[in-house]
Amino acid sequence: MPTPPSALAKRLLLGSDPVRRAIYIVGLMPAVSTFYLGLTDQLGADPQNVLERTLGLWALRFLILTLAVTPLRRLGGPSLIRYRRTLGLLAFYYALMHLSVYLVLDKDFDLAAIWADIVKRPYITVGMLAFTILVPLAVTSNNASIRRLGGAAWARLHKLVYVAIAGAALHFIMLVKVWAVEPLIYAAIVATLLGYRLAAYWMKPQRKRAVPSPHSSVGRGLG
Amino acid sequence: MTMLIKRPSDIAPSSITPREVYLRRREFMAGAAGLALAAVAPTRAGAAPLTAAKSPLSTTDEPSTPVKDITSYNNFYEFGVDKGDPAKNAHTLTTKPWTVKIDGMVGKPADYNLEDLVDMAALEERVYRMRCVEGWSMVIPWVGVPLAAILRKADPQGSAKYVAFETLVRPSEMPGQKGFGQPLPWPYVEGLRLDEAMHPLTIMAVGIYGETLLNQNGAPFRLVVPWKYGFKSIKSVVRISLVEKQPPTTWSKSNPREYGFYSNVNPAVDHPRWSQASERRIGESGLFVKRRPTLPFNGYAAQVAELYTGLDLKANY
Repeated sequence: MPTPPSALAKRLLLGSDPVRRAIYIVGLMPAVSTFYLGLTDQLGADPQNVLERTLGLWALRFLILTLAVTPLRRLGGPSLIRYRRTLGLLAFYYALMHLSVYLVLDKDFDLAAIWADIVKRPYITVGMLAFTILVPLAVTSNNASIRRLGGAAWARLHKLVYVAIAGAALHFIMLVKVWAVEPLIYAAIVATLLGYRLAAYWMKPQRKRAVPSPHSSVGRGLG
Repeated sequence: MTMLIKRPSDIAPSSITPREVYLRRREFMAGAAGLALAAVAPTRAGAAPLTAAKSPLSTTDEPSTPVKDITSYNNFYEFGVDKGDPAKNAHTLTTKPWTVKIDGMVGKPADYNLEDLVDMAALEERVYRMRCVEGWSMVIPWVGVPLAAILRKADPQGSAKYVAFETLVRPSEMPGQKGFGQPLPWPYVEGLRLDEAMHPLTIMAVGIYGETLLNQNGAPFRLVVPWKYGFKSIKSVVRISLVEKQPPTTWSKSNPREYGFYSNVNPAVDHPRWSQASERRIGESGLFVKRRPTLPFNGYAAQVAELYTGLDLKANY
C-alpha cells in the first residue's frame, strides 16, 4: 500500500518512532548550537574553521556510534539496531553540512580551487571519497531500498560504511599539523570497531551470514 | 582587486589614530579616572603601557586585527596544541627577570638582561601582516626594535652567516612541555640567514597595540619576520646565536618535506597538504569571511625579494 505523502514526509524528516525522533532532535543539537554560536560571533577568532571542524567531528562520531551498535549487542549490551539507521543518517547529515560549509563558506564555490583541492590534497581526496561512499548508503537507508535490492545485496552495499569510516578517520589525522592526540584517539576507536568485524569474520568463517530482510532488525540503516 | 606586489608607495603614514591623539586620549582617560600618576593603566591584564614611534615601514591599507583575536588565537605549542590553549595556560609563565644569551660568532657574547638589550626609547610601532602556514592571517601592530640593533650590541663577527634562535624551556611554567605525547622537541628553535636577520623589516617585538606582549603572544621578547610564515617568528626568545652553518629549525626537523628553512610566504608553492594561494583574515566578517589571495612574500616583495635573487624558491621552500 502506498504511503500517504504527509506520512512519507514525516518519516523522512524525523521518523514515526518517538525514540527515533528524539535521537534526531538531540543528534542535531550540536549543529544548531554551533551554527547559532557562529552567527552570533561566539566561535572565537576563526569561526568558519570551528564550524567546519565541529560538523566534521560529529559526522565521525555518529559513524562511530553506527558501527558500535553491532559489537554492543554481540557483547551483551542492549540492542540498538532499531536506531542504527537514524545514527547513520545523522552521520550523513553532518558529513553533508561539513562538506557544504567547505564548499560554500570556505571555498566560496570556487570550482577550480575545489577541484584542485580534490586532486592535489590527499586529505581532501580521502574526505571526498568517504562522503561519496556515504551518499548511496544514505539514499538506500529505507525499507523500500532493502526490498528493491534484496537483503543480501543491500547488506553488501552497506559494508561500504567500513571504507567510509576509515576514510573519515584518516581525513582527520591528515589535516592536523602534528601527531595530535584527538585524531589518534578517534582513529584508535575506528580501528577497534573495524578490527572487531575482521576478527569476527576470521573466527567464524564457516558461519552462514545473516541475510537481512526489510522486516528483520539486521537491515536497518547504515552499516 | 588586491595588488599582487606591494609597492613602496603603499607604505605611507598610518591611517589609524595618530599616536599623539592616542596618547592624549589616554591622558584624558587617566585624568578622568582621577589618577595623578604619569603611568597609565594598561587595558590588558598583565600588560604594561609602552611608548613607541610610528614606523614608516608599517602596512597601512588594512585594519588591524582586533586585540581579542590576536590574544586568544595562538599557535604556541609550549602551552598546548589547541589555538585556545596559550591564552588559557600562558599566565603561569614568569617573564621577569628575562635574560637572553647571545653567543657564537660575536665580539661580546653574554647573558644580556632584556632591559639592556632593548632600547625602550627607540621602540617603534610596526603594523605588519602575519600569515600563518595554516592559511589564516592577521594584521598586528607590533611594538619593538629592529633585530639588527640588537645584534649590533653583541658585535657580530664577519664569519657569521646565520642567526639561530631558541625559545625558553621551562616545563614547570609551560604545560605543553611536560606530560605524555609531546608534539615537538624542545627547545623550539628557529633560524635566519644573517642578511634576513639584519633586514630593516625584521624586528624583535616586546609589545602589541601599545602595551607589552601577553605571554600567549611570546612575551617578553619575540622575533617578527613579516614575509615568512608565522612559525618562523619564534616566541619568548632566550638565546640568539650567530653561526656559520644553517641552523636547524623545529618544524623542518619535525617534518622536512612540509617545512623548509626559508618558509617565505609564497602563494605559488603549496604546502604538500594544502594550498597556500589564499588565506582567511582573522576577525573579518565572522562566519562569512571570504578568502583573500595570498601575496608573494606576504606583500613585502618590494622590500625583500632581492634577498632571494637567483634562489629557487620552489626548492628552497
